[in-house]
Amino acid sequence: MKKNPAATLRGMLMLLCFLAAAWVLWSGHFDPLLLGLGAFSCLATLVIVWRMGYFNREIFALTISLRLLTYWGWLIKEIVMSSLAVTKVVLNPRLPISARYIELKASAVGPIGQVIFANSITLTPGTLTLDLHQGELKVHALTQEGAEDLMSGEMDRRVASLGDR
Amino acid sequence: MIYYAVIVAILVTMALALARALIGPTVYDRVLAVNMLGTKTVLLLAVAAFFIGRPDFLDLALTYALINFIGVLAVLEFFRVRAQRSLAEEKEGE
Amino acid sequence: MAMVVDVASWVLLTVGGFFVLVGGIGALRMPDLYTRMHAASVTDSLGAMLVLGGLVLQAGITLETVKLAAILIFMLFTSPTAANALASAALLAGINPGLAKPWRQEPRS
Repeated sequence: MKKNPAATLRGMLMLLCFLAAAWVLWSGHFDPLLLGLGAFSCLATLVIVWRMGYFNREIFALTISLRLLTYWGWLIKEIVMSSLAVTKVVLNPRLPISARYIELKASAVGPIGQVIFANSITLTPGTLTLDLHQGELKVHALTQEGAEDLMSGEMDRRVASLGDR
Repeated sequence: MIYYAVIVAILVTMALALARALIGPTVYDRVLAVNMLGTKTVLLLAVAAFFIGRPDFLDLALTYALINFIGVLAVLEFFRVRAQRSLAEEKEGE
Repeated sequence: MAMVVDVASWVLLTVGGFFVLVGGIGALRMPDLYTRMHAASVTDSLGAMLVLGGLVLQAGITLETVKLAAILIFMLFTSPTAANALASAALLAGINPGLAKPWRQEPRS
Protein backbone atom coordinates (compact mmCIF):
# COMPACT_ATOMS: atom_id res chain seq x y z
CA MET A 1 0.00 0.00 0.00
CA LYS A 2 2.85 2.40 -0.78
CA LYS A 3 1.75 5.64 -2.35
CA ASN A 4 3.64 7.40 -5.12
CA PRO A 5 5.77 10.42 -4.05
CA ALA A 6 3.55 12.97 -5.82
CA ALA A 7 0.50 11.94 -3.79
CA THR A 8 2.55 12.00 -0.57
CA LEU A 9 3.75 15.51 -1.39
CA ARG A 10 0.19 16.65 -2.08
CA GLY A 11 -1.00 15.22 1.23
CA MET A 12 1.84 16.98 3.05
CA LEU A 13 1.06 20.31 1.40
CA MET A 14 -2.65 20.00 2.25
CA LEU A 15 -1.86 19.24 5.88
CA LEU A 16 0.64 22.13 6.01
CA CYS A 17 -1.94 24.60 4.65
CA PHE A 18 -4.50 23.32 7.15
CA LEU A 19 -2.09 23.66 10.09
CA ALA A 20 -0.95 27.13 9.01
CA ALA A 21 -4.56 28.32 8.69
CA ALA A 22 -5.36 26.90 12.13
CA TRP A 23 -2.35 28.68 13.67
CA VAL A 24 -3.15 32.08 12.10
CA LEU A 25 -6.85 31.85 13.01
CA TRP A 26 -5.99 30.95 16.56
CA SER A 27 -3.22 33.41 17.37
CA GLY A 28 -4.43 36.50 15.48
CA HIS A 29 -0.96 38.06 15.92
CA PHE A 30 1.34 38.80 13.02
CA ASP A 31 4.68 39.80 14.59
CA PRO A 32 7.72 37.89 13.32
CA LEU A 33 8.33 36.01 16.58
CA LEU A 34 4.86 34.43 16.73
CA LEU A 35 4.78 33.69 13.00
CA GLY A 36 8.21 32.05 13.31
CA LEU A 37 7.02 29.93 16.24
CA GLY A 38 3.96 28.98 14.18
CA ALA A 39 6.06 27.92 11.20
CA PHE A 40 8.26 25.86 13.52
CA SER A 41 5.22 24.17 15.13
CA CYS A 42 3.66 23.35 11.74
CA LEU A 43 6.89 21.82 10.42
CA ALA A 44 7.48 19.88 13.65
CA THR A 45 3.93 18.49 13.47
CA LEU A 46 4.51 17.49 9.86
CA VAL A 47 7.71 15.62 10.75
CA ILE A 48 6.05 13.79 13.68
CA VAL A 49 3.03 12.83 11.57
CA TRP A 50 5.33 11.64 8.77
CA ARG A 51 7.31 9.50 11.21
CA MET A 52 4.01 7.98 12.43
CA GLY A 53 3.42 6.75 8.88
CA TYR A 54 0.40 8.92 8.22
CA PHE A 55 1.30 9.41 4.56
CA ASN A 56 1.97 5.74 3.83
CA ARG A 57 -1.67 4.78 3.94
CA GLU A 58 -4.19 5.07 1.16
CA ILE A 59 -6.78 6.74 3.35
CA PHE A 60 -6.81 10.46 3.83
CA ALA A 61 -9.13 11.29 6.67
CA LEU A 62 -9.65 14.98 5.98
CA THR A 63 -12.13 14.83 3.12
CA ILE A 64 -15.39 16.71 3.25
CA SER A 65 -17.97 16.15 0.58
CA LEU A 66 -21.53 17.36 0.06
CA ARG A 67 -22.80 13.85 0.89
CA LEU A 68 -21.00 13.93 4.23
CA LEU A 69 -22.63 17.28 5.05
CA THR A 70 -26.12 15.93 4.29
CA TYR A 71 -25.29 12.94 6.46
CA TRP A 72 -24.31 15.28 9.31
CA GLY A 73 -27.64 17.10 8.92
CA TRP A 74 -29.54 13.81 9.17
CA LEU A 75 -27.38 12.77 12.15
CA ILE A 76 -28.19 16.00 14.02
CA LYS A 77 -31.91 15.31 13.53
CA GLU A 78 -31.41 11.78 14.90
CA ILE A 79 -29.44 13.14 17.89
CA VAL A 80 -32.30 15.53 18.75
CA MET A 81 -34.95 12.78 18.47
CA SER A 82 -33.05 10.23 20.56
CA SER A 83 -32.03 12.85 23.13
CA LEU A 84 -35.71 13.58 23.69
CA ALA A 85 -36.39 9.85 24.10
CA VAL A 86 -33.59 9.45 26.67
CA THR A 87 -34.73 12.61 28.47
CA LYS A 88 -38.21 11.10 28.86
CA VAL A 89 -36.70 7.95 30.38
CA VAL A 90 -34.43 9.88 32.77
CA LEU A 91 -37.15 12.20 34.04
CA ASN A 92 -39.78 9.46 34.40
CA PRO A 93 -40.07 8.61 38.13
CA ARG A 94 -40.35 4.87 37.34
CA LEU A 95 -37.19 4.92 35.17
CA PRO A 96 -38.57 2.64 32.40
CA ILE A 97 -35.33 1.08 31.11
CA SER A 98 -35.53 -1.92 28.79
CA ALA A 99 -31.85 -2.35 27.98
CA ARG A 100 -30.93 -4.46 24.95
CA TYR A 101 -27.67 -5.87 23.69
CA ILE A 102 -27.44 -6.15 19.92
CA GLU A 103 -24.89 -7.58 17.52
CA LEU A 104 -24.83 -5.88 14.12
CA LYS A 105 -22.86 -6.13 10.92
CA ALA A 106 -21.86 -2.89 9.19
CA SER A 107 -22.56 -2.68 5.47
CA ALA A 108 -19.76 -0.14 4.98
CA VAL A 109 -16.65 -1.99 3.80
CA GLY A 110 -13.87 0.57 4.41
CA PRO A 111 -12.38 1.23 7.85
CA ILE A 112 -13.42 4.90 7.81
CA GLY A 113 -17.04 4.04 6.97
CA GLN A 114 -17.15 1.49 9.80
CA VAL A 115 -15.70 3.99 12.27
CA ILE A 116 -18.21 6.64 11.13
CA PHE A 117 -20.99 4.10 11.71
CA ALA A 118 -19.74 3.09 15.17
CA ASN A 119 -19.20 6.68 16.27
CA SER A 120 -22.60 7.77 14.94
CA ILE A 121 -24.23 5.03 17.02
CA THR A 122 -22.38 6.23 20.11
CA LEU A 123 -23.08 9.90 19.39
CA THR A 124 -26.85 9.38 19.30
CA PRO A 125 -27.92 9.07 22.94
CA GLY A 126 -29.61 5.81 23.84
CA THR A 127 -27.32 3.60 21.77
CA LEU A 128 -23.69 2.86 22.57
CA THR A 129 -21.09 0.91 20.60
CA LEU A 130 -19.28 -1.45 22.96
CA ASP A 131 -16.97 -3.06 20.44
CA LEU A 132 -16.10 -2.86 16.74
CA HIS A 133 -14.12 -5.71 15.24
CA GLN A 134 -13.86 -6.31 11.48
CA GLY A 135 -17.25 -4.82 10.73
CA GLU A 136 -19.03 -6.64 13.58
CA LEU A 137 -20.47 -4.27 16.17
CA LYS A 138 -21.67 -4.96 19.69
CA VAL A 139 -24.21 -2.31 20.66
CA HIS A 140 -25.91 -1.54 23.97
CA ALA A 141 -29.30 0.17 23.70
CA LEU A 142 -31.14 1.88 26.55
CA THR A 143 -34.65 1.04 25.34
CA GLN A 144 -36.32 -1.51 23.11
CA GLU A 145 -37.44 1.31 20.78
CA GLY A 146 -33.87 2.52 20.36
CA ALA A 147 -32.74 -1.02 19.55
CA GLU A 148 -35.50 -1.49 16.99
CA ASP A 149 -34.70 1.87 15.42
CA LEU A 150 -31.11 0.78 14.93
CA MET A 151 -32.10 -2.66 13.63
CA SER A 152 -34.19 -1.04 10.91
CA GLY A 153 -30.80 -0.30 9.35
CA GLU A 154 -31.40 3.22 8.06
CA MET A 155 -28.19 4.61 9.58
CA ASP A 156 -26.26 1.63 8.22
CA ARG A 157 -27.59 2.30 4.69
CA ARG A 158 -26.78 6.00 4.89
CA VAL A 159 -23.22 5.38 6.09
CA ALA A 160 -22.67 2.71 3.41
CA SER A 161 -23.76 5.20 0.71
CA LEU A 162 -21.05 7.65 1.83
CA GLY A 163 -18.45 5.71 -0.16
CA ASP A 164 -16.27 2.65 0.17
CA ARG A 165 -13.26 4.11 1.98
CA MET B 1 -28.51 38.15 32.12
CA ILE B 2 -29.21 35.58 29.47
CA TYR B 3 -26.35 33.46 30.84
CA TYR B 4 -27.56 32.89 34.41
CA ALA B 5 -29.81 29.88 33.69
CA VAL B 6 -27.21 27.98 31.70
CA ILE B 7 -24.42 28.74 34.20
CA VAL B 8 -26.54 27.42 37.09
CA ALA B 9 -27.48 24.31 35.05
CA ILE B 10 -23.83 23.55 34.24
CA LEU B 11 -22.71 24.09 37.84
CA VAL B 12 -25.46 21.81 39.20
CA THR B 13 -24.53 19.16 36.63
CA MET B 14 -20.89 19.40 37.71
CA ALA B 15 -21.98 18.84 41.31
CA LEU B 16 -24.06 15.80 40.26
CA ALA B 17 -21.12 14.39 38.29
CA LEU B 18 -18.86 14.94 41.30
CA ALA B 19 -21.37 13.05 43.44
CA ARG B 20 -21.28 10.15 40.96
CA ALA B 21 -17.47 10.23 41.03
CA LEU B 22 -17.54 9.93 44.82
CA ILE B 23 -20.19 7.18 44.93
CA GLY B 24 -18.54 5.03 42.27
CA PRO B 25 -18.99 2.07 42.66
CA THR B 26 -16.53 0.88 40.01
CA VAL B 27 -13.52 2.78 38.77
CA TYR B 28 -15.18 3.08 35.34
CA ASP B 29 -18.12 4.98 36.85
CA ARG B 30 -15.61 7.38 38.32
CA VAL B 31 -13.82 7.83 34.99
CA LEU B 32 -17.20 8.47 33.30
CA ALA B 33 -18.06 11.09 35.93
CA VAL B 34 -14.67 12.80 35.66
CA ASN B 35 -14.95 12.87 31.85
CA MET B 36 -18.38 14.46 32.23
CA LEU B 37 -16.97 17.00 34.67
CA GLY B 38 -14.30 17.84 32.11
CA THR B 39 -16.69 18.40 29.21
CA LYS B 40 -18.88 20.54 31.47
CA THR B 41 -15.80 22.58 32.37
CA VAL B 42 -15.25 23.23 28.65
CA LEU B 43 -18.85 24.44 28.27
CA LEU B 44 -18.57 26.57 31.42
CA LEU B 45 -15.36 28.20 30.18
CA ALA B 46 -16.99 28.95 26.81
CA VAL B 47 -20.02 30.55 28.51
CA ALA B 48 -17.77 32.43 30.93
CA ALA B 49 -15.86 33.92 27.99
CA PHE B 50 -19.05 35.72 26.98
CA PHE B 51 -20.37 36.27 30.50
CA ILE B 52 -17.37 38.28 31.70
CA GLY B 53 -16.52 39.53 28.21
CA ARG B 54 -13.09 37.95 27.84
CA PRO B 55 -12.92 36.08 24.52
CA ASP B 56 -9.48 34.65 25.36
CA PHE B 57 -11.29 32.20 27.65
CA LEU B 58 -12.29 30.35 24.47
CA ASP B 59 -8.65 29.37 23.96
CA LEU B 60 -8.64 27.97 27.49
CA ALA B 61 -11.82 26.03 26.70
CA LEU B 62 -10.29 24.39 23.65
CA THR B 63 -7.04 23.60 25.47
CA TYR B 64 -9.04 22.08 28.30
CA ALA B 65 -11.02 19.95 25.84
CA LEU B 66 -7.76 18.60 24.39
CA ILE B 67 -6.21 17.88 27.80
CA ASN B 68 -9.41 16.27 29.10
CA PHE B 69 -9.65 13.90 26.12
CA ILE B 70 -6.01 12.84 26.26
CA GLY B 71 -6.20 12.49 30.06
CA VAL B 72 -9.26 10.22 29.96
CA LEU B 73 -7.67 8.02 27.29
CA ALA B 74 -4.44 7.78 29.30
CA VAL B 75 -6.28 6.78 32.49
CA LEU B 76 -8.33 4.16 30.60
CA GLU B 77 -5.21 2.74 28.96
CA PHE B 78 -3.62 2.43 32.41
CA PHE B 79 -6.60 0.51 33.82
CA ARG B 80 -6.89 -1.61 30.67
CA VAL B 81 -3.27 -2.74 30.95
CA ARG B 82 -3.76 -3.46 34.65
CA ALA B 83 -6.90 -5.53 33.96
CA GLN B 84 -5.08 -7.49 31.26
CA ARG B 85 -2.13 -8.16 33.56
CA SER B 86 -4.32 -9.40 36.41
CA LEU B 87 -6.20 -11.66 33.95
CA ALA B 88 -2.88 -13.13 32.79
CA GLU B 89 -1.74 -13.66 36.39
CA GLU B 90 -4.98 -15.44 37.25
CA LYS B 91 -4.41 -17.83 34.36
CA GLU B 92 -0.86 -18.50 35.50
CA GLY B 93 -2.01 -19.21 39.04
CA GLU B 94 -4.40 -21.96 37.97
CA MET C 1 -33.01 42.86 15.28
CA ALA C 2 -30.48 42.57 18.11
CA MET C 3 -33.44 41.81 20.37
CA VAL C 4 -34.53 38.83 18.25
CA VAL C 5 -30.99 37.42 18.23
CA ASP C 6 -30.76 37.84 22.00
CA VAL C 7 -34.04 36.00 22.56
CA ALA C 8 -33.06 33.17 20.21
CA SER C 9 -29.70 32.90 21.93
CA TRP C 10 -31.35 32.86 25.37
CA VAL C 11 -33.69 30.06 24.24
CA LEU C 12 -30.81 27.97 22.87
CA LEU C 13 -28.69 28.48 25.98
CA THR C 14 -31.52 27.68 28.38
CA VAL C 15 -32.71 24.59 26.50
CA GLY C 16 -29.07 23.49 26.25
CA GLY C 17 -28.70 23.99 29.99
CA PHE C 18 -31.80 21.84 30.50
CA PHE C 19 -30.33 18.95 28.49
CA VAL C 20 -26.99 19.29 30.30
CA LEU C 21 -28.88 19.02 33.59
CA VAL C 22 -30.87 16.00 32.36
CA GLY C 23 -27.59 14.22 31.63
CA GLY C 24 -26.34 15.01 35.12
CA ILE C 25 -29.53 13.72 36.74
CA GLY C 26 -29.39 10.61 34.57
CA ALA C 27 -25.77 9.91 35.47
CA LEU C 28 -26.82 9.90 39.11
CA ARG C 29 -30.13 8.00 38.79
CA MET C 30 -29.32 5.24 36.29
CA PRO C 31 -28.72 1.77 37.74
CA ASP C 32 -25.50 0.62 36.02
CA LEU C 33 -22.45 1.86 34.13
CA TYR C 34 -23.73 1.40 30.58
CA THR C 35 -27.07 3.13 31.18
CA ARG C 36 -25.20 5.98 32.89
CA MET C 37 -23.13 6.37 29.74
CA HIS C 38 -26.34 6.84 27.71
CA ALA C 39 -27.33 9.71 30.02
CA ALA C 40 -23.86 11.26 29.83
CA SER C 41 -24.02 11.25 26.04
CA VAL C 42 -27.11 13.52 26.16
CA THR C 43 -25.02 16.27 27.75
CA ASP C 44 -22.07 15.69 25.47
CA SER C 45 -23.95 15.79 22.18
CA LEU C 46 -27.21 17.76 22.31
CA GLY C 47 -26.31 19.86 25.36
CA ALA C 48 -22.98 20.98 23.90
CA MET C 49 -24.55 21.64 20.48
CA LEU C 50 -27.28 23.90 21.91
CA VAL C 51 -25.07 25.81 24.38
CA LEU C 52 -22.31 26.48 21.85
CA GLY C 53 -24.95 27.30 19.21
CA GLY C 54 -26.44 29.91 21.54
CA LEU C 55 -22.98 31.43 22.06
CA VAL C 56 -22.42 31.54 18.27
CA LEU C 57 -25.54 33.73 17.97
CA GLN C 58 -24.01 36.09 20.54
CA ALA C 59 -20.65 36.20 18.77
CA GLY C 60 -21.92 36.90 15.26
CA ILE C 61 -19.51 36.54 12.34
CA THR C 62 -16.20 36.95 14.19
CA LEU C 63 -13.11 34.97 15.09
CA GLU C 64 -14.97 33.78 18.19
CA THR C 65 -17.44 31.88 16.02
CA VAL C 66 -14.59 29.99 14.38
CA LYS C 67 -13.24 29.04 17.80
CA LEU C 68 -16.66 27.97 19.07
CA ALA C 69 -17.18 25.84 15.96
CA ALA C 70 -13.76 24.25 16.49
CA ILE C 71 -14.62 23.45 20.12
CA LEU C 72 -17.96 21.92 19.07
CA ILE C 73 -16.49 19.81 16.26
CA PHE C 74 -13.69 18.64 18.53
CA MET C 75 -16.19 17.62 21.23
CA LEU C 76 -18.40 15.79 18.74
CA PHE C 77 -15.40 13.85 17.42
CA THR C 78 -13.83 12.98 20.76
CA SER C 79 -16.82 12.13 22.96
CA PRO C 80 -17.73 8.91 21.05
CA THR C 81 -14.05 7.93 21.04
CA ALA C 82 -13.77 8.40 24.80
CA ALA C 83 -17.09 6.57 25.33
CA ASN C 84 -15.90 3.67 23.19
CA ALA C 85 -12.57 3.46 25.07
CA LEU C 86 -14.48 3.48 28.36
CA ALA C 87 -16.97 0.81 27.24
CA SER C 88 -14.33 -1.53 25.87
CA ALA C 89 -12.13 -1.12 28.96
CA ALA C 90 -15.12 -1.89 31.19
CA LEU C 91 -16.07 -4.93 29.07
CA LEU C 92 -12.51 -6.24 29.30
CA ALA C 93 -12.53 -5.78 33.07
CA GLY C 94 -15.56 -8.07 33.22
CA ILE C 95 -18.33 -5.56 33.94
CA ASN C 96 -21.07 -7.19 31.91
CA PRO C 97 -24.07 -5.27 30.60
CA GLY C 98 -26.34 -7.46 32.70
CA LEU C 99 -28.22 -8.87 29.73
CA ALA C 100 -28.30 -12.59 29.17
CA LYS C 101 -28.98 -13.15 25.50
CA PRO C 102 -27.73 -10.95 22.68
CA TRP C 103 -30.10 -10.00 19.93
CA ARG C 104 -28.81 -11.20 16.61
CA GLN C 105 -29.46 -9.07 13.57
CA GLU C 106 -31.81 -10.67 11.07
CA PRO C 107 -30.06 -11.25 7.76
CA ARG C 108 -31.25 -8.53 5.41
CA SER C 109 -32.21 -9.35 1.87
